[in-house]
Amino acid sequence: MLLIHCPYCEADHPELEFANAGEAHIVRPREMSNMSDEDFEAMFFIRDNPKGVSLERWRHVHGCGRFFNALRHTVSDTFLKVYKAGEARPSNDEIAKLIK
Amino acid sequence: MAKSPKATRVLPNQDHLTSNAFVTLEAAPAASRISLRASPRGAAAFAKNIGFDLPAKPSTSKSKSGVVALWLGPDEWMVFSESEPEKSLQPRRDHREYSATDISHRNTAYIVSGSGAQATLNSSCPRDLSQATFPVGACSRTILGKAEVILYRTGKEKFRVECWRSFAPYVWGLLVSGAQDANL
Amino acid sequence: MTQPFRIKGAGTLPHTRTIQFTFDGQSYEGYEGDTLASALLANGVHLMGRSFKYHRPRGVVAAGPEEPNALVGITRDRARHTPNVRASVQELYDGLNATSQNRFPTLNFDIGALNSLMSPFFPAGFYYKTFKWPAKAWDALYEPFIRRAAGLGEAPTESDPDRYVNRFAHCDVLIIGGGAAGLAAAQAAAEKSQSVILCDENPAMGGWLLADSDIQIDGQTGAQWAANMAAELATRDNVRLLTRTTGFGYFQHNMVGLVERITDHQARPEPSQPRERMWQVRAKQVVIAQGSIERAMVFPGNDRPGIVLAGAAQKWLNQYGVSVGSRIGVYTACDTAYAAAFDLHEAGIGIEVIVDYRKVVDETILAQAREHKIEVVLGATVAQTTGRLRINGMQVKTATGEQKEFDIDALLMSAGWTPSLHLYSQSRGKPVWDEASQRFLPGESPQDCICVGGCTGTDSMEQVLAEAERALGNKPRKFDIEDDVSTDGGIIGATGNSTEKGKAFVDFQNDVTAKDIALAVREGMHSIEHVKRYTTNGMATDQGKLSNMHGLAIAANLLKKPIPEVGLTTFRPPYTPTTFGSFVGHTRGPLFDPERKTPIHDWAVENGADFEPVSLWQRAWYFPRAGETMHEAVDRECRTTREIAGIFDASTLGKIEVTGPDAAAFMNIMYTNSWDKLKAGRAKYGIMCREDGFIYDDGVVGKLSDTRFHVTTTTGGAPRVLNHMEDYLQTEFPEMKVWLTSTSEQWATIAVQGPKAREIIEPLVTGADISAENFPHMSVVECKVCGVPARLFRISFTGELGFEINVPADYGRSIWDAVWRRAQPLGACAYGTEAMHVMRAEKGYIIVGQDTDGTVTPHDAGLSWAIAKSKPDFVGKRGMMRPDLVREGRRQLVGLKTSDPGKVLEEGAQIVEDPEQPVPMKMLGFVTSSYWSGTLGKSIALALIEDGSLRLGETLYVPMADEIIEVEVTGTVFYDEKGERLHG
Ligand SMILES: [Zn+2]
Repeated sequence: MLLIHCPYCEADHPELEFANAGEAHIVRPREMSNMSDEDFEAMFFIRDNPKGVSLERWRHVHGCGRFFNALRHTVSDTFLKVYKAGEARPSNDEIAKLIK
Repeated sequence: MAKSPKATRVLPNQDHLTSNAFVTLEAAPAASRISLRASPRGAAAFAKNIGFDLPAKPSTSKSKSGVVALWLGPDEWMVFSESEPEKSLQPRRDHREYSATDISHRNTAYIVSGSGAQATLNSSCPRDLSQATFPVGACSRTILGKAEVILYRTGKEKFRVECWRSFAPYVWGLLVSGAQDANL
Repeated sequence: MTQPFRIKGAGTLPHTRTIQFTFDGQSYEGYEGDTLASALLANGVHLMGRSFKYHRPRGVVAAGPEEPNALVGITRDRARHTPNVRASVQELYDGLNATSQNRFPTLNFDIGALNSLMSPFFPAGFYYKTFKWPAKAWDALYEPFIRRAAGLGEAPTESDPDRYVNRFAHCDVLIIGGGAAGLAAAQAAAEKSQSVILCDENPAMGGWLLADSDIQIDGQTGAQWAANMAAELATRDNVRLLTRTTGFGYFQHNMVGLVERITDHQARPEPSQPRERMWQVRAKQVVIAQGSIERAMVFPGNDRPGIVLAGAAQKWLNQYGVSVGSRIGVYTACDTAYAAAFDLHEAGIGIEVIVDYRKVVDETILAQAREHKIEVVLGATVAQTTGRLRINGMQVKTATGEQKEFDIDALLMSAGWTPSLHLYSQSRGKPVWDEASQRFLPGESPQDCICVGGCTGTDSMEQVLAEAERALGNKPRKFDIEDDVSTDGGIIGATGNSTEKGKAFVDFQNDVTAKDIALAVREGMHSIEHVKRYTTNGMATDQGKLSNMHGLAIAANLLKKPIPEVGLTTFRPPYTPTTFGSFVGHTRGPLFDPERKTPIHDWAVENGADFEPVSLWQRAWYFPRAGETMHEAVDRECRTTREIAGIFDASTLGKIEVTGPDAAAFMNIMYTNSWDKLKAGRAKYGIMCREDGFIYDDGVVGKLSDTRFHVTTTTGGAPRVLNHMEDYLQTEFPEMKVWLTSTSEQWATIAVQGPKAREIIEPLVTGADISAENFPHMSVVECKVCGVPARLFRISFTGELGFEINVPADYGRSIWDAVWRRAQPLGACAYGTEAMHVMRAEKGYIIVGQDTDGTVTPHDAGLSWAIAKSKPDFVGKRGMMRPDLVREGRRQLVGLKTSDPGKVLEEGAQIVEDPEQPVPMKMLGFVTSSYWSGTLGKSIALALIEDGSLRLGETLYVPMADEIIEVEVTGTVFYDEKGERLHG
């Protein structure tokens, strides 16, 4: 069972309070009607499934209720970083540094 | 027009009470409650209604004259009062910066007290409830078994457990079961 | 004579209390503190079980949890029978009733042992090779055969009457294993004021110290030192000592599962005590002090009863005062077996010979052997053993090829010690191969975890204790340690292969021989994971604690690869078999799932309702009167509602308060409908989609003010709808000033439906005019009902004039009673969910999740009118434009009329165009809802059918097992098509 740091509660809490909410940083365009089928497919259906760092969303659903983002290493389950919804995606350089 | 009969209020956990050498479990009295969701400005505006600032730090509470405000999230508080359970804490008018929704009847509460209170809760709650991490005055939404609850530590050996009314029999069952194993 | 193998003066048991027990119906005596195995051995009983595949007679081999053979059933009463208990760990109690397993009719004579004669026909991979096609043979032949042959022991036939409990715990340091290393680590942590949990699977702390008669620490015996350490730790507030507690699983982020066995050792458990307690411990630091496990020697005939691990024999002697025999041989590749032999010899037991596989052995040990006058044969192997139900002799082949025979009644063996890496490996640590000592050792720790003592390969007591202190960041103290035993030596792999007279077993429990592993390699299994599955080596309940390393070495040798390249199989939880009860804990019966009941539930009970579960809710299904069938009750409820009125408990409906200046804009995003023109005081049916364009939920939404909506959801959909809304609000539209609050349980909801609905409620309502003119269909008003603040809707899910009264839940029962007091004299009834379903189907109102299945668009469901096409954006708008969602030939919701009006279709039944077409037929769609409509005097059904809207009037067919039912495609509204009754 994971121990997850919630960036809003500023504390570590048990996984039982959280719900995973899929991949992070998928942009939902405001003008969706104009999207091509290919763009819609990429946005809605296609997901990464890395052996390595996963950028994912969690919701502290049985806690503060907030959605937030996390970098989790799928091999070790280590959370390299958690950050609030709306904050920028960490650069690949930053992710590489965090892995070390 | 015919005179309408006056309705009576029945709590979902009325008369629930049990205890052993280590822990006492009892239903909390009726309370007036609101769920407050607010922007920072809204929180300041709402504070005027209750006469004190809302707690701003995660998992902390504040209270004054029988009105208690629990921090539940960065834009969410539960405000409750047992002193006037039939009087709504909801302001008269909607506000542009907050939402105050009456949940007096949505929730109900149990009081868990005694030297085995923490052990009783930890039979079903995965939280670290030691005084170092969950001191007196701490509060948080969490889970008890499969039920979502709000824990509020009102004393060294005393907790308030809020849950939705239909979960109350289940929560009670878990607490009774936990109390049987509270002697260590 | 009782207990002939109990040795006077040996062991640490007090012998103060004699204990009576039975094994296979025979009575025996033991002492308090014995295990079942030690007590049986004291009585000269070695034969304790039969093996899994060949039903070979087997004796106990080990004195701990690694025991592969001596699995017994323990019976307390009809409901309390535990199979597969290891006799080596089961503590003896008065009246203990144990039976052997896997044998018929008796342990001494077993018919299944014929399998052993058939063994040439049961090679490795037997199942994979044999049980293939034809598929039919699976049902008739293979599965029954495997089922009979597979499985150990028997499950009890009654439900488990014992109580199990759970505890979540947190600590600074969790120490797993209470041997010398664990005790020292616990003390070091405790002295630093850290909160400590120390667990050990045995009844007392001490680990191997309890079995070592030679060692002295600070002037005390090992057992005394351990007892004093444990006693000192027990006095501290910051230390929790858990004995009889197994750390069975190491999960992410330092979460470790422990199971504490509380009553399994008691003759008469206190009924108030739980049988087991699950501890879910989250530790800042974990110290693994699991020690090591001795390996068996692999040689022909190595599985006869009487052949035991040397360390086990030493433990039985020094702890329990029991000798495994009177003429004992030793076959070893490791120094520790000498210590066992010397201890037994000093206790007066005859040691016939020590056969050492090694050519060279340390001279000091050989000198000790000479002192004991024990013959040592170096560079030799045991070539064969004899004896049917107990070993009675062995044949030794010396280094020069000479054969020697020995008469023995027991044989100690030691192939060296394997560090226990189970929990370290479960923590996702990667064991590292140590070439010098030929064993895997813990490598880096990916979690905050450190291994100390025997499981790191550390043998000397001085170093073990120093390691434990260093693990806690302390400078090691100086201990005064005497008589440290050498653990040098060891072998992995076989010292000889199976012969005609005896097999060389690697895995005792699953009957895997060295030859089986060789066969697997020859047949192309080159990874240890494949070898394991092909041979079942290490797949028994002991998970190969004795066998894995041997299997690996044999495979590596044949593959001519270094061991690390062949790989180590993954260790998975649980470390030892763990009861289902401990995982279930108290979450069973009424605590398995919350059972949610509305404030009006008790009224339904008092009035004889039958209930149906809807998500976690219990809902009144129908209210049968005396002598009524369900069918009759539902017919009556529908008829009464349509003719007079019915009242219905709709409290389970999900409710969400959506407030804020941007509430309408937010609703425009979340629902397909437009909310711009809806006036305060009016309500609207809304459809929610996900981004894929399929229907996700629906419900009526009331607009209370320009900034406040009362949204209703389906009963089961409430949590996911709120989550869905929060997601969009928090992450896609955070700039919107909107707030969401679940009010599902704030309100009790009473639906009053039917021509007399207004007449029933009007006198109860104050503060609102609910006349037809001023409160038309789809209105909402905040008013008072019976003096209580209420939200009153004029809506209908029956097609009749209808109201839904929402009142604060604690008043729900009281106001329901008031409504009922008005309704009953008028001839109205209470109706349940079944009548609700029938009436809504008569009107063609859909139920999300019944008439939709997650692949149905609003267009498919005939709800195109609820989509505001002109809105620039809403969730699902783009999804609905996907090619597959706009193509011809999609399944659309229609009504079905059976040619025989009495025939009620089965929900889920498939629909075809031509019932004469060959199988497999082309399915056009299926029935989603189907009922008997008493009102219409015929059956009605809804169905999803390809191009349904173009097929109105067509005749289609529903092929069933025994008949073909003819149906006509119709519209979805069966009753009051014009909707006039709504406005009554
Ligand atoms: Zn949080």
